[in-house]
Amino acid sequence: MSDVVIVGFGQTTVGEHWDTDLRKLSYQAIDAAIKDAGGLRPQALYVGNMLAATLSKQAHLGPLLADYAGLTGIEAVTIEAAGASSAAALRAGYLAVKSGQLDTVLILGIEKFSDKIGSGFDEALATTSDSDYEAVQGLTPVAQAALLMKRYMHENEVPADGFAGFALTAHANGAGNKNAMFQKAIKPELYAKGGMVSEPINIFDVAPHADGAAALVLARRELLPSNGPNPLIKIAGSASASDTLALHDRKDMLFFEAAHQSAGKAINQAEISLDQINLFEYHDVFSIYAALSLESVGFATRGQGWKLAADGGIARDGKIPCATMGGLKARGFPGGASGAYQAIEAAQQLRGGAEANQIEDPEYALIQSLGGPASTAVTHVLQRLD
Amino acid sequence: MEIPRHWRLKQQRYRLVGEVCQHCESKIFPPRDICPECGGEADTLYTFSGNGEVYSYTTVHEGPAGYDDSTPYTVALVKLDEGPTVTAQLTDVDEDSLQIGMPVEMVTRKLKNDGDERGMIVYGYKFRPRMAVA
Repeated sequence: MSDVVIVGFGQTTVGEHWDTDLRKLSYQAIDAAIKDAGGLRPQALYVGNMLAATLSKQAHLGPLLADYAGLTGIEAVTIEAAGASSAAALRAGYLAVKSGQLDTVLILGIEKFSDKIGSGFDEALATTSDSDYEAVQGLTPVAQAALLMKRYMHENEVPADGFAGFALTAHANGAGNKNAMFQKAIKPELYAKGGMVSEPINIFDVAPHADGAAALVLARRELLPSNGPNPLIKIAGSASASDTLALHDRKDMLFFEAAHQSAGKAINQAEISLDQINLFEYHDVFSIYAALSLESVGFATRGQGWKLAADGGIARDGKIPCATMGGLKARGFPGGASGAYQAIEAAQQLRGGAEANQIEDPEYALIQSLGGPASTAVTHVLQRLD
Repeated sequence: MEIPRHWRLKQQRYRLVGEVCQHCESKIFPPRDICPECGGEADTLYTFSGNGEVYSYTTVHEGPAGYDDSTPYTVALVKLDEGPTVTAQLTDVDEDSLQIGMPVEMVTRKLKNDGDERGMIVYGYKFRPRMAVA
């Protein structure tokens, strides 16, 4: 079967786009991606979005956004998997091209979090958990992450500032990403002074909610000239797995089984081993998720993920560079669009276009997007083609 | 208004009615049609004792709509004596005395206001420090 490659991509800045609506923000990313792909016209649009139906009172995004982008008539549907929505859309696009059904596909991640503010926003966000048995108890995603982090710290004897390494690394990298919401490095003292959100989670353990749109054009490799303007990026592995929706239904809450399963499959498909991976874009919506992802994928042993971050192992010159463009923490967390941002950032690294944040000569990138506490985990391996 | 959504769960919300698997005897909460332990069909009701212990806990300072009047409140993962874990608020508890492993018992309390003053009040289980243990 033929290879599926990323031909072009485009992204908006991540932040609060008060004056730009869902359709216009989407179009900005789509337009940039299609231009970057040399004007290639996609045969389908797969939209990854989490909450537009609630926050913007707008469902049925496929036709709306395809039409607004001048692509009226093409196949256009939304795929929802909470925070992993656009990663799931990327996988759908990959499968469509891989199967031979389609030659070119457009993937769009879009989230307009700022369309609703106040407690109604928190109510909407909580709908991604088990409504009858989690959300009804007043549980929010950040409180759930706090429950995990507290237990993790209890079992592994983590000091109070043990998770600082995740935020410090993310912010250091965000400083070099002009699309990031936060472009300033922070010092350990600032982390230590961070206000509590839900104990033991402080403000620096939580990625900021933001608006953003990010788009990628996928195509079959044979259709493309070998002398295009940009190096091609191959999707060398793609896998998705699910776990229980409710965290409390798991026998072992401190291991992200779906993250483990999907990463294992994606890496096997790429026919590589873990130590060939040059960078890892993880889903650090909370620092505890980052720690558990490192452990579940296998970069750290159980209970030691926080140490890898504390010891500099996830820095750009570390054992496994993570959040190389700021991650969700510093680039910002645009909900279901996060996975598309990860894919673009990894592609920037593989193309050699990450500027100040460039990692030396990377060949393989692992990207992993989570819905909820890894109730969904979608993992891709991207490979630079020379 | 979401009356049917809450009404149909009254056995779970007020009495912790789950299931016991006829094949492997696992206790299951909430009820589900397939036993998560053995994969067999599960349909025999079982009422939990309501006793358990705190697996983890935290405080919510910014609550979702319907809960914002009751902030700050404490949510926990409570491991029931019979096996399953549930997510629930803790109530009647002194924050400073809270710790992982603390024995708790189920009580019925108001969970949220569904809508304005004419909306229904949703009641359900919360947990408090176990009275019998002293």
